Amino acid sequence: MGGFIAIIRRDLLMVIRHGNDAWIVLMFFVVAVTLFPIGIGPDLIVMQKFAGSIIWISALLAAMLSLDRLFQVDFEDGSLDLLVLTSYPLEILVLGKCLVHWLTTGMPILIISPCLALILNLNSDVYTTLILSMLLGTPTISLMGAMGAALVLGSRRSGVLISLLILPLIIPVLIFSVTALERSADAETASSSLMLLGSLLLTSMVFCPWATAATLRYITD
Amino acid sequence: MHKFANPARFTRVADRVLPWTSVTSAVCIAIGLYLALIISPPDYQQGETVRIMYVHVPSAWMALFAYTLIAIASASFLIWRHPLADIAAQSAAPLGAAFTAITLITGALWGQPMWGTWWVWDARLTSVLILLFLYIGYIALVNAFDNHEKGSKAGAILALVGFVNIPIIKFSVDWWNTLHQPASLTRLDSPAIDPSMLAPLLIMALGFKLFFISILIVRIKIKLIEKRIRARKLTNQSN
Repeated sequence: MGGFIAIIRRDLLMVIRHGNDAWIVLMFFVVAVTLFPIGIGPDLIVMQKFAGSIIWISALLAAMLSLDRLFQVDFEDGSLDLLVLTSYPLEILVLGKCLVHWLTTGMPILIISPCLALILNLNSDVYTTLILSMLLGTPTISLMGAMGAALVLGSRRSGVLISLLILPLIIPVLIFSVTALERSADAETASSSLMLLGSLLLTSMVFCPWATAATLRYITD
Repeated sequence: MHKFANPARFTRVADRVLPWTSVTSAVCIAIGLYLALIISPPDYQQGETVRIMYVHVPSAWMALFAYTLIAIASASFLIWRHPLADIAAQSAAPLGAAFTAITLITGALWGQPMWGTWWVWDARLTSVLILLFLYIGYIALVNAFDNHEKGSKAGAILALVGFVNIPIIKFSVDWWNTLHQPASLTRLDSPAIDPSMLAPLLIMALGFKLFFISILIVRIKIKLIEKRIRARKLTNQSN
């Protein structure tokens, strides 16, 4: 547990001291969202239909952009080797890093998305579902993305490669979120989709740190 | 399986097997095509276009078979460090991707006359498209490293993760589609297929599988030779 808290504190401090990085991702998210109305046209009724999907797709792309920094810095300065060698279970340390990634990208995106939903004219019944789906979905993206970030360590063009590897695997999250939004827009209950999102989160909480840690051990040995 | 992990023994066995598989594959595909294109009857609903099935369905089977093979080979590479397993997985990947692409293209060619459109976002089509993306991601990852060893390991892990994910993706896509539209497009009802159509289909499938095995053997042999050339170059340079 000590290692878990220590790594969270260390990574959070690093993010706070280079404050810029987290902002850039958030601003990319905002810019990406505003591109859609410009591309689709300013019709508010059309926008209302797609608002949830626009926010979700932009969030996915923004998260992909932020992922390559997850292990890259530690890999370059050698602290990753030390993290692998410590007596703490590497899986727990990876979980801590994923949590920090979520706190610095997923959570800001989650907080700002209702404001963006407002300018996209999202149906007012859907807000709760949007927030719940992002609350359950964005940590899954961080966890699965960590796996991708570990796989591409030391490769050429690692940033683009992560998106190519992880986006196909993350399609279920998008599907369940969008169906949840659609159902609540039709005034049906969205709980089944949200439960599936929750089950994906729990599964990836168990599986992804384990696979990521295995990858890191292979990469560093 | 452990016996064939030795590259020298593999080459010896492969040299003996290769003529048989390649000739049988050519014969099977020739007979299969003759039966499929000339002998077998046109479908009572789909007419002559049903003949696309004899290429489309075996390709789809091979697309899935190749990914399974890659996953099994990757697991044995990670667990037992078989020196041949990662080469086999990497050699199978472009073949699998090609069969997936053939499946999608023949499907589009079949869809145009039958459904009136090249593409529908049907659950099956979508999941095959995602399978193609998984293949492309795997190939890109394996080739993205200057260090071959690292590429092999990263690729092997990705192949396993993808394999675990395939049922989840398949399920979610099925669910997504059935919510959007009812299954209006019933395709080939497999149990009700007539023997006159089943025979050419199975012969073609056998031919495709043997073709896959033959090309796989050739590709593995090429990779082994490349590896030996690289090693020899390195020793020459150090001398």
